Amino acid sequence: MRDHPLVQLTLARMREFYREPEAIFWVFGFPIVLAFALGIAFRNRGPGELRVAVLRGAGDSVLAAALARAPGLTAALLDSSEARLQLRTGRVALLVVPGDPVVYRYDSTRTESRLARLEADAVVQRARGRSDPARVTDQRVTEPGSRYIDFLIPGLLGMNLMGSGLWGVGFSVVQARTKKLLKRFMATPMRRSHYLLSFILSRLVFLFLEVAALVGFGWWMFHVGVRGSFAAVAAITVLGALSFAGLGMLVASRARTVEAVSGLMNLVMLPMWILSGTFFSYARFPDAMQPLVKALPLTALNDALRAVMIDGSRLGELGAPLGIVTAWGLVSFVVALQIFRWR
Amino acid sequence: MSPPAPPIRCAGLTKRYADVIAVAGLDLTVNTRECFGLLGPNGAGKTTTIEILEGLTAPDRGEVEILGMRWTRGSSTRALRERLGIQLQDTQLAEKLTVEETVRLFRSFYRAAHSVEEVLGLVGLEEKRTAWVGKLSGGQKQRLAVACALVSRPELLFLDEPTTGLDPQSRRQLWEVIGRFRAAGGTVLLTTHYMEEAERLCDRVAIMDHGKVIALGTPRSLIASLGAEHVVEFALADGAARAPSPAELAGLPGVRAVRPGVDRTALTVAEVHRAVPALLGLLERRGAELSLLATHHATLEDVFVSLTGRQLRDA
Repeated sequence: MRDHPLVQLTLARMREFYREPEAIFWVFGFPIVLAFALGIAFRNRGPGELRVAVLRGAGDSVLAAALARAPGLTAALLDSSEARLQLRTGRVALLVVPGDPVVYRYDSTRTESRLARLEADAVVQRARGRSDPARVTDQRVTEPGSRYIDFLIPGLLGMNLMGSGLWGVGFSVVQARTKKLLKRFMATPMRRSHYLLSFILSRLVFLFLEVAALVGFGWWMFHVGVRGSFAAVAAITVLGALSFAGLGMLVASRARTVEAVSGLMNLVMLPMWILSGTFFSYARFPDAMQPLVKALPLTALNDALRAVMIDGSRLGELGAPLGIVTAWGLVSFVVALQIFRWR
Repeated sequence: MSPPAPPIRCAGLTKRYADVIAVAGLDLTVNTRECFGLLGPNGAGKTTTIEILEGLTAPDRGEVEILGMRWTRGSSTRALRERLGIQLQDTQLAEKLTVEETVRLFRSFYRAAHSVEEVLGLVGLEEKRTAWVGKLSGGQKQRLAVACALVSRPELLFLDEPTTGLDPQSRRQLWEVIGRFRAAGGTVLLTTHYMEEAERLCDRVAIMDHGKVIALGTPRSLIASLGAEHVVEFALADGAARAPSPAELAGLPGVRAVRPGVDRTALTVAEVHRAVPALLGLLERRGAELSLLATHHATLEDVFVSLTGRQLRDA
């Protein structure tokens, strides 16, 4: 068993990987560093205190005191030039000019400013004697899965599967080709299918470590949970890893130099880094681009991972994205086998 | 019962690349238990020839029979590969694997392979067993490459420039490895551009130039074909002005051939004891002063020069 060529080839692949410290960092360390940095930078603070300026003039201090009493607002008395400056630079969300009428100056495209206007107006109206006819009660909830880090972790997982699939397979294949190791293997009775399968197998072994590291870190640091089943996450990541291994094989199928394959790899990956909704939602791209964006394998993989991790979807509901991921993998693999340069 | 097929038989091999003819009609037969050398300068077509014989390159034309079988696709090819040991000229084995892991990987491809211990013993790398390939010296790497070729217990061993770039000691160690393989009954085809190596190791050699065999035979018979066993080389201190003409030199007693070179003139000589005094006398009469005088036994190198007019090394 141990001397089966498939076992030996897979062991060789794994040894070459874990004896390369840089590779370990890029596959395991980098996504965690990225998740940590972005998770800290974009942590949800809520709107927080909104700062409102009151222009100096008749009745200013009464108004400012009333505003300052309102929850969520702070008020400052400013003279005209300072008030304009702070409004322009966004240090105050709203400038209230006391008088009759009371004037609100603000930038209506800023969410914070519109919020401040609503809050301030309620204070002003109540101060003038308005009473609210309806009784209301607030019930505050925090919905898990709605934070940026909840969005980010599945995206990083997808991106990492893409990166390690393409680099792990593509780079090693081309290196073996430039070093004439591929040709040397061709001079033995080794089966070509064993060689290619060894890449897939070693990918699967490291895949579990990769996924466990990132998901574990997300849970430990940011309490990013998995709403759906772990089995579904496992199934999707395996499918994603196989698909990108196929794509890596295709990218590496003809290239003769490491430089050439690096260029090709970036050509394949760069559009997906930007378009596939890893760091921000691809819904921001224009409607005309959406069919293209959704057809990319990383987009489909990210969608499927988010559906399971955030929305708790079951595999059966994810036919479309998983179909896209599978199709990319199959087509790449078949084409790669046809055009593969073995020498 | 018919005698077993020769380990290597090929006829009419031709291989053309975009702008060069690498092999231009080549016929060879290598017999069982023979060590056969393909000799020639870089670019003579040795590597293309050996890779065609190894089934790694398809010839444009011609026939190849290895151990009585042809290179076709599929399982018969795999069966043939089980019986061969191949070392390629410029394979770089994975640097981050150990010697043992590398051998174990290669042996997993064969059914009736040597054990790791056996094959490391054959090439004398037992002590490097746990060393990373990247940490080995050039000679050790080359012995490991030969170990990966020997691990299949081959009947026929192909070695492409096995000692190029090695120091003399490493070279001798590899010669011993090849010698042991032959003593155990194996057949060897090797390429080299070291004539000394060919004379030492090979039963027969084919000298190649421009994709063709220009001479074939035992090293001894090829050297004998020069008609003389010695080479006398000389150069003059004051250049060509007082140099005797080739015709004058050819007329000296014992001289069989004259090869004027760039910086020296070489004479192929049957009897050194008669030719050298005569040469010295001639030069003295002409008032020419020697800056170099050397004699050596004729080698395959001299055979190559006499056939092509070029030195092997700078050909």
